[in-house]
Amino acid sequence: MHHITQKIIQAAGQVILGKEQQIRLALACILARGHLLIEDLPGMGKTTLAHTLAQVLGLDFRRIQFTSDLLPADILGVSVYDRNNSVFKFHPGPVFTNVLLADEVNRATPKTQSALLEVMEEGQVTLEGETRPLPKPFFVIATQNPTHHIGTFPLPESQLDRFLMRIQLGYPDADSERSLLKSNGGRGSISGLQACVDGRQLLELQQAVDAIHISDALLDYLQALLNYTRNSPRYTAGLSPRAGLALKQCAQAWAMMQGRDFALPEDVQAVLPGVAGHRLQTASGTDMHDVAAELLAAVTIP
Amino acid sequence: MIPAIQRPTLTDIRWLLVSLGLVMALHVAHLALWVSAAIVMLGLWRYAIAIGKLDFPRLMILLPLTVLGGLGIMLTYHGLFGRDASVALLVIMLSLKLMETNSRRDFMLLTFLSYFLTTTAFLFNQSVVVGLVMLLPIICLTATLVGISHPNGSLGWRHPLRLSGIMLAQAAPVMLALFLLFPRVPGPLWGVPQDSYRGMTGLSDSMEPGNISQLSLSGAIAFRAEFKGEIPKLSQLYWRGPVLWHFDGRSWRMSSNRLNLPREMLRVQGAPTLYSVTLEPHNRNILLMLDMPTSLPSNALLTRDYQVQSREPVRTRIRYDVSSNLNYTLAARLDGHERELALQTIDGENPRAQALAEQWVSSGKSPEQIVQTALTMFREQPFSYTLSPPLLGANPIDDFLFNTRSGFCEHYASSFTYLMRAAGIPARVVTGYQGGEVNSVGNYLIVRQSDAHAWSEVWLEGRGWTRVDPTAAVSPLRIESGIAAALPESNALPILSRRDFPLLRKLYLSWDAVNNNWNQWVLGYDQQRQLDLLSRLAGNRLSWQDLTIGMMLAVGVIGLAIGLAMLRGKQIKTDKLQRLYAKFLSKLESAGIKRASHEGPLDFGQRAAARLPHKAQAISQISGLYADLRYGSKASAQALERLRNLIKGFKAS
Repeated sequence: MHHITQKIIQAAGQVILGKEQQIRLALACILARGHLLIEDLPGMGKTTLAHTLAQVLGLDFRRIQFTSDLLPADILGVSVYDRNNSVFKFHPGPVFTNVLLADEVNRATPKTQSALLEVMEEGQVTLEGETRPLPKPFFVIATQNPTHHIGTFPLPESQLDRFLMRIQLGYPDADSERSLLKSNGGRGSISGLQACVDGRQLLELQQAVDAIHISDALLDYLQALLNYTRNSPRYTAGLSPRAGLALKQCAQAWAMMQGRDFALPEDVQAVLPGVAGHRLQTASGTDMHDVAAELLAAVTIP
Repeated sequence: MIPAIQRPTLTDIRWLLVSLGLVMALHVAHLALWVSAAIVMLGLWRYAIAIGKLDFPRLMILLPLTVLGGLGIMLTYHGLFGRDASVALLVIMLSLKLMETNSRRDFMLLTFLSYFLTTTAFLFNQSVVVGLVMLLPIICLTATLVGISHPNGSLGWRHPLRLSGIMLAQAAPVMLALFLLFPRVPGPLWGVPQDSYRGMTGLSDSMEPGNISQLSLSGAIAFRAEFKGEIPKLSQLYWRGPVLWHFDGRSWRMSSNRLNLPREMLRVQGAPTLYSVTLEPHNRNILLMLDMPTSLPSNALLTRDYQVQSREPVRTRIRYDVSSNLNYTLAARLDGHERELALQTIDGENPRAQALAEQWVSSGKSPEQIVQTALTMFREQPFSYTLSPPLLGANPIDDFLFNTRSGFCEHYASSFTYLMRAAGIPARVVTGYQGGEVNSVGNYLIVRQSDAHAWSEVWLEGRGWTRVDPTAAVSPLRIESGIAAALPESNALPILSRRDFPLLRKLYLSWDAVNNNWNQWVLGYDQQRQLDLLSRLAGNRLSWQDLTIGMMLAVGVIGLAIGLAMLRGKQIKTDKLQRLYAKFLSKLESAGIKRASHEGPLDFGQRAAARLPHKAQAISQISGLYADLRYGSKASAQALERLRNLIKGFKAS
C-alpha cells in the first residue's frame, strides 16, 4: 500500500512542482473517502492539482466551472422529452463521474451549492422521484477563491463541514517557480501522465485505510483535542463529532501513506490543519494554519 | 476499556499444568494410588490436546468419567465427606475440569481452585516445611495468573515468575498484618474434620506387655516443655499419665471413674517448678504434668489419683502454663476400699510370684524392706532391659520373673507392682513419660513417644504413695540419660533419639527449635495470644470488641485511601510503558533536549537525533519502539522488555 501511494505522490509531483505536502494531504483526503476543498487565489494551480490527481488515480474526470447563473440541473442532469419514443429521457449531468472538479464553487448561488453538497453527502442523485447512484469511487474537489473576493457566495459553516479537508496551495518556492517558468506551465504534461492505479485499486486502498489501528492512547489524544476546542474561549464553536471522525480517518490515511499499520499523534498533527482549519472559527478570525498550530501546541499528548 | 485477550496459549497451559502438578504433589502422600495415577493421566491427556495430538473429549466421555471418579472416591474412602475423601474428590474433579478448560475464564477458575487446594495441605500437616514447600505452587499459580492475564499472550518463563515473586513479596507485609491483627475466633488455626485423628500415637488408658515398647519405636514428639528457670535433672522428670489399678492377669487398666472422689491429700515442700507444656494432639483426654501437679491448666480436671485430664480429647496442639512440686507426700492415709483395689491380684495365677512374695512377708520384713528386696532382686539377678522382649506364657508375671528376665519398663512395673500386692503392700502402676531431651538451642525439653514409661507407686505407712521405679534398678541409665543410652546398640530406635552423629543432632535440635517457635507463635497464635500481643502494643487491655472496631476502622481507611488513589490514577495514568519513556525523556532532558508536551514520539525522536547525531540510531530505535508499543496493535511483553533494555543502556551524553 505504502509504495503505491508513494508512486502516486511522485507522479503528481512531476506536474505540481514543490507542493508535495499539499499533494499528500489531498491524497490522504481522497483515501479517507472525503471531499477536498482547495482554497487559494486564482492562478495558484488549484485546477491543475485536481486534474493531476484524477489523472494519476486513473479516474474519470469532469469539471464544472461554477458561475452565479449555474443551476442545479446543470450539475445533476435533466430529463428531456424524447419525441420519437414519447418518453422523458434522463441526460446525466457532469456529476456522474469519479472525480468532479467544482471550480470556484463559491461563485455559484447557494441553491446550486446546496445541490452539489447534497450529492457529496449522499453519493447519489435523486431527481423526479428516481434515485440514480453515482459511480464509485466518487469525490469532489472544489476550489474556492478567498471569500473576500468580489462576486462570491461564501460557503456557510455547515456546508464547509461536508468537506473532509481544506487545503491551501500558496506560492511556489523559488526553485519550483523557476522550473515552472522554464516549462510550459506544466498543464500540457497532465495528459501525458500514466495512471498509477485504477478505480478498483483505489477502493482497496480506501478499505485498507479503515484497517489502520487506532490505539486507545491515540483516541485519548483525539478526544483531548476535541475537548480543548469545545472548552476553550478562543473558538466560537468547538469541533463537531463529524470533525472528530474526519480527523481520525485522515490520520489513518496519513499513517498508511507513511507505511505504518497504526496511527500516531504525528499523523493527527499532520492532517489537523487541513481537517480542522475550515471548521474552527476563532473569535479573532486568524488564519487556519495559525489556528491549527495554536490548537496543537495547547494540547498535551496524553 | 478492557483489551481483548486471546485464548490461553500453549505457554499458559504449560504453566497451569506445572502449577497443578506441584499442588497435587503436595497431596500425593495421602491420596490413593489410583487417584494419583488418574491425575497424571489427565494431565498428560490435556497436554496432548494442547499440542494438537488429541481433541477435547466429548461430554459423552467426560460425564461417565466424572461419575466414575466420584464413585471411586466413595468406594475408596467410604463416603464423600471427611478430610481425606473431600480432598481426593476435589483433586480428581479439578483434574477432570482440566479436560474442558479452554477459555480464560476456565483457567482463572482452575487457578483459584488450585490456591484453595494448596491450602488444604494444612489440614494434613501444619509444619514449617509444608508451609515453605507450599510457596512453590503458590508462586507458580500466581505466575500462571500473570501469564493468563497478560493481554499480549505468550510471556515465556522468566517474566511471569519474576512478577509473581515480586507480587507475593509485596503481599507478605499485608499477610503478616492480617495474621497479627485479624480478629481471631477462639479455636485452633486449622480445625480439621474427625477422620484426621486416626493414627495418632500416645499413651492409652491401659497397659499390657508390649504397648509401651511399641510406643518407644516412635520418634514422634509427644510434647515440649519450657521451664521458668533451670530444667530439673532428667531423673526427676516423671510426667504423670494414666494411673492403673486394675490387673486382669495380663493388662493393667484404670479403675472406674475416679473423678468424683475427693482428692488424695497432697502435701508439698519447697518451691514449685513452673513450666509450660505444648502438647501435640493425641486424641485422648490425657494432659501430662510432672509429679505432682500444684496448679492446673484452665479447664482441666484432676482425678483423685492426680491424673490431669482435659474435658475434650486433645485434637489440636495445646499449650498450658502450670506448676508442679517435685517434693511431695501423697495420701498419708488410705481408706479401706482403696486398699482393697490396690491389693487386687488374681487367685491361682502366677503362683511362683505369689510364693516369693509370701516368703518375703513370712521372713518378717517390713514393707520398706520388701520394696528394697524386690529392687535388689531386679538389680542383682540377670534381668536385662530390652525393646524386644520374648513373648510371655500363660502366667506372664512368673514367666518374666523366673524365665525370660528381659523386658521393657512395662514388664518391670507390672511385675513389681504385682509382687508388692502379693506381699500385701498397696501398689499401683503409673504410666507416662520419663525424662526427655534438652534442646540446648531453644533451651526447652523435647519429650517423644519413645520416652514413654511405666513405673509403680506403693503405699507405705507414714509416707503415703511413694514412687518406685523398678526400671531404674535394672537400667539406671534409662532414667538418668534417656532411652537411647540405656538400650544396647542393636535395638532399633528412631534415628532422632539416637546419640551418634553429633552434627546431625545439633542440626536436628536447631530445626526442632524452629518448629517449636512455629508452633508457639504461628500455630499457637490464638485469640488469647493475639489479645496479649495487641494489649502490650496498645499499652492497655483490649477486648475482642475493640479489635473488631479497630479492624473495621482500618478497612474503612484503607478502602478510602485505595479509592482516592484510583480516582487520582485516572488523571495521571502512567503505566509501565509511560514510565519507561519518561525515563528516556529525562535522560535526554539532562542533555538539554526537552520534549514539548504536544510533540509526538517520532517527531521528538527526529529532533533529538538531529541534536545528537552520534546517538541518532539509538534514539530513533527507542522512539520507534515506543510508538509501536503505545500506538501499535501488536504490543508484546518481549518488545517492552527490549525497550526497557534499550532505555537502560541509553546514555544521552
